[in-house]
Amino acid sequence: MAASAGTARTAAKPATAGDISGDKSDAFIRIAGVTKKFGTFTAVDSVNLEIRKGEIFSLLGGSGCGKTTLLRMLAGFEDPTAGRIHIDGQDMTDMPPYERPVNMMFQSYALFPHMTVAKNIAYGLKHEDMTPAQRDERVKDMLSLVQLSDFAARKPHQISGGQRQRVALARALARQPKLLLLDEPLAALDKKLREHTQFELMDIQDKTGTTFIVVTHDQEEAMTLSSRLAVMDKGRIMQIGTATSVYEYPNSRFVAGFIGSINFFDGTVAEVGQSTTIVDVPDLGGRVEARTIPGVSAGMALTIAIRPEKFVLERDRPAGANAFAGVVRDLAYFGKDSLYRIGLPSGRVISINSVNARRIQEDERVADWEDDVWLSFDPAAAILLLE
Amino acid sequence: MAGVHHDNRFQRWFNRRGWINLTISTPYVWLALFFLLPFAIVLAMSFATRTPTAPPFSFGGDYPLLNTATYERLFSDSLYIRAYLTSIFNALIATFLCLLIGYPMALGLTRVSRSWRNVLLMLVILPFWTSFLLRVYAWMGLMGSNSWFNKLLTSLYNGIMPDDYALRFIPMMNTNFAVVLVTVYSYLPFMILPLFANLEKLDFTLNEAAMDLGSRPFRVFLDVTLPQSVPGIIAGGLLVFIPASGELIIPSLVGSASRPMIGRVISDEFASARDWPMASAVAVALLVLLVVPLMIYTYYDGKSHEKVRKAEGASE
Repeated sequence: MAASAGTARTAAKPATAGDISGDKSDAFIRIAGVTKKFGTFTAVDSVNLEIRKGEIFSLLGGSGCGKTTLLRMLAGFEDPTAGRIHIDGQDMTDMPPYERPVNMMFQSYALFPHMTVAKNIAYGLKHEDMTPAQRDERVKDMLSLVQLSDFAARKPHQISGGQRQRVALARALARQPKLLLLDEPLAALDKKLREHTQFELMDIQDKTGTTFIVVTHDQEEAMTLSSRLAVMDKGRIMQIGTATSVYEYPNSRFVAGFIGSINFFDGTVAEVGQSTTIVDVPDLGGRVEARTIPGVSAGMALTIAIRPEKFVLERDRPAGANAFAGVVRDLAYFGKDSLYRIGLPSGRVISINSVNARRIQEDERVADWEDDVWLSFDPAAAILLLE
Repeated sequence: MAGVHHDNRFQRWFNRRGWINLTISTPYVWLALFFLLPFAIVLAMSFATRTPTAPPFSFGGDYPLLNTATYERLFSDSLYIRAYLTSIFNALIATFLCLLIGYPMALGLTRVSRSWRNVLLMLVILPFWTSFLLRVYAWMGLMGSNSWFNKLLTSLYNGIMPDDYALRFIPMMNTNFAVVLVTVYSYLPFMILPLFANLEKLDFTLNEAAMDLGSRPFRVFLDVTLPQSVPGIIAGGLLVFIPASGELIIPSLVGSASRPMIGRVISDEFASARDWPMASAVAVALLVLLVVPLMIYTYYDGKSHEKVRKAEGASE
């Protein structure tokens, strides 16, 4: 993990298959140079991706980033304009959807409205080489896996949204696919149910051992569910890595800004040392110390990114580097943490999160409106972005 | 001043409730005036007695109020029963053929691009822009024994068949075949349009889901598209079957005189035989024959919708 995080941090160009550490043999799904064009529009732009067996892998991005098109190419609903898709060593590129060892859970669930829950789950099994008894057994197993045994005879319109979601999951898993594709699996559920279902999905994945590829626009969902995720933008993969590596070591302004909130500062490199780089940041009104990364040289312009929770807020000037003065412009108390908007002498206003670790009264808190404060951060917290 | 006050009150009533009532009642008034009332007259007429004077029927006074003789004749004279059977047979065949031809066309319409769809829909509706009668006459021209079309078919037929079976022309005019052919041609849009409206609403993701679960395209059609299009099939089927079974013009112009359809019988009773009670009885019986099954269907359809609504209400 440390290795992959390190690679992600230093990668200056969009991440590619080379990003995965380890040997080639553990790639269960291999997407090689896949491009999809609709007329003149490029939905997916030469994507390379390798996914390991038993992983929950998320494709994360805004709408129109190409994540759903990529998923549909894995299912066989769209033909790639270029590139190949291999699953378990088999070339799937030209195989129709009904011959692929891949099943999909649709965003709308796509349950057959004229069939009962049990019939829906059994639907894919009639093409399998099974006796009716084995088929019934499998349907029963699936129903108990998603805890819907009492609802076998209901029609989809007679059950709730959360139950429908589980029927869709059971139906997609019934054929024991090598790969399960989930298109925004939790998008249609309300917040409470979503959190619960998230863990249920992970649990079911753990029990069945099926490889999951999840498409989502929800970064929290992607970060909690997946072992690794890929951030996509405009048809390209921007970064691949674990939730931690993508959050803490983004490789571009896009990824840093897409996942979580962040403060960006323009800077110019003043000195490059063995382990420490000094950057002039006019907006902060001083010099910032950060960890040296490959590719920086004195005099070059770059972006410094610092997440709101990495700042420490104090009344008195702290010892050490990276300490800057500011004024509290705004403050919002959320319970577990508070958000401060700090005005800097340069006129910039930045966001800082401060965890409310202790139970305090209102008049005891670190800073109040219009208070002069000092903010500081660890050199390791500053992210240097070359692009 | 009082008049102004009155106007205001009327206007307020009209704005609040009046226009709604007016809008809702219009179709009911229309139905009552132009369907229920005429039907009541026809029904009354069917129980009257035929008279040589004008009007050509009477009831009350010297004649019985409820004369059931016409209905007795209806069920005893094989002419009527045969005419009903011919009508229903022709209409069923025509409906089935319309479905067979119209379903792929309607399905095709849902699968083409939007711009193509509009052009093709236009082509489906286009024949309505010329007179129905004219189109039937055109078919008469095509099917006639001296037409280029008939000659072409005859030469094709003679080319395939041995000389012993050679024909001078293919007899198409004045046959049941001609009636079915022209009925299918005329009523095809009534099958395509409701089917298209039904198929267009279907969620294509369901087809993808079935394909994803291992079904080939034709299996997907049988398992997903066909069961969901039953309401469209029924709607289109009724729209073709009901007018086709009462059709007058097509059998009169291209049909066989020895095997009349029921529309022809009604028309003949009214116009030639001047037996208005008999014609009315035939018409009433036709209505019962067509409307009763429809009412049963609507009743059960309504019930199943209610069940769906109730279940949906329960799951919310």
